[in-house]
Amino acid sequence: MSTTTVHPPGSDQAASRPLNPKMILPFVRSTQNVLATMVRIEATIGKPFIKADPVASYDVSGIIGFSGSMLGSVIITMQMAVAQKLVASFTGMDIPTDSPDFVDAIGELANMIAGSAKKDLEAGANISVPTVIVGAGHVIARLSGVPCIVIPCHTPAGDFAIEVNIKPQ
Amino acid sequence: MKILLVDDSKIMRNIQQRVLTALGETQFSEANDGAEAMNLTRSNQYDLILADWNMPNMDGITFLRNFRTTDKKTPLIMVTTEVEKSRVLDAIKAGANNYVVKPFTPETLMDKVKQTLAKSAAPAAA
Repeated sequence: MSTTTVHPPGSDQAASRPLNPKMILPFVRSTQNVLATMVRIEATIGKPFIKADPVASYDVSGIIGFSGSMLGSVIITMQMAVAQKLVASFTGMDIPTDSPDFVDAIGELANMIAGSAKKDLEAGANISVPTVIVGAGHVIARLSGVPCIVIPCHTPAGDFAIEVNIKPQ
Repeated sequence: MKILLVDDSKIMRNIQQRVLTALGETQFSEANDGAEAMNLTRSNQYDLILADWNMPNMDGITFLRNFRTTDKKTPLIMVTTEVEKSRVLDAIKAGANNYVVKPFTPETLMDKVKQTLAKSAAPAAA
């Protein structure tokens, strides 16, 4: 299997781990597709890296759990200002960040990104309904021994990241 | 035409409603999950149902199977991220009339709705 070794910032241990493209490409494709189709915004993808820090990369995270043939979670995480812009474009209206609709929209984006990627992973994977966490510095429990792959995404609305922490069951 | 939108995301129901409103539809009911949808279909007759797959309490495929035990006729479109062939076949076997994959463009949803309604209005082949 072809792998790429990269050197993520701030983690000597993580730097030695290889990245598995099978865990990256499905999420790259699904993220670009969901954003182009439902948010009408183009996303370019930065160089993926592995992170050891359990703190989410940004303030707002939509989390989807995987079960069945795949185990773990996938997170779409973004700064509040970016989340507001993406949600406004997705829904066609400005939604206050303390509204349940704002959380709903972030959850639905996470659901579509994880759900669309699922078809390119192991057959028989199931996804959970989304959970959304809002707040700076929130910590997300991950599978131990499984790398957390961060896929940086750049859009005209700002940057966000997809964090992939899954493994075949 | 009375349309039931079943999705645990209110935002997604709003998006679907906006698309269908552009087709001239004005009568919508909404359910947050399959269980709510079952309750609504017991006391209301709909002309079209759009149902998500992954929902809390009762998922879309369970709702579809339960619904089809009493109603074989009302056209139902699954609108979901589930694209594995086996899942699509499960839904068709359970009685789904059409399938829309999320993410979708407004045009895709409109086309599938028109297609489904045209098929259900056509006289059954002898």
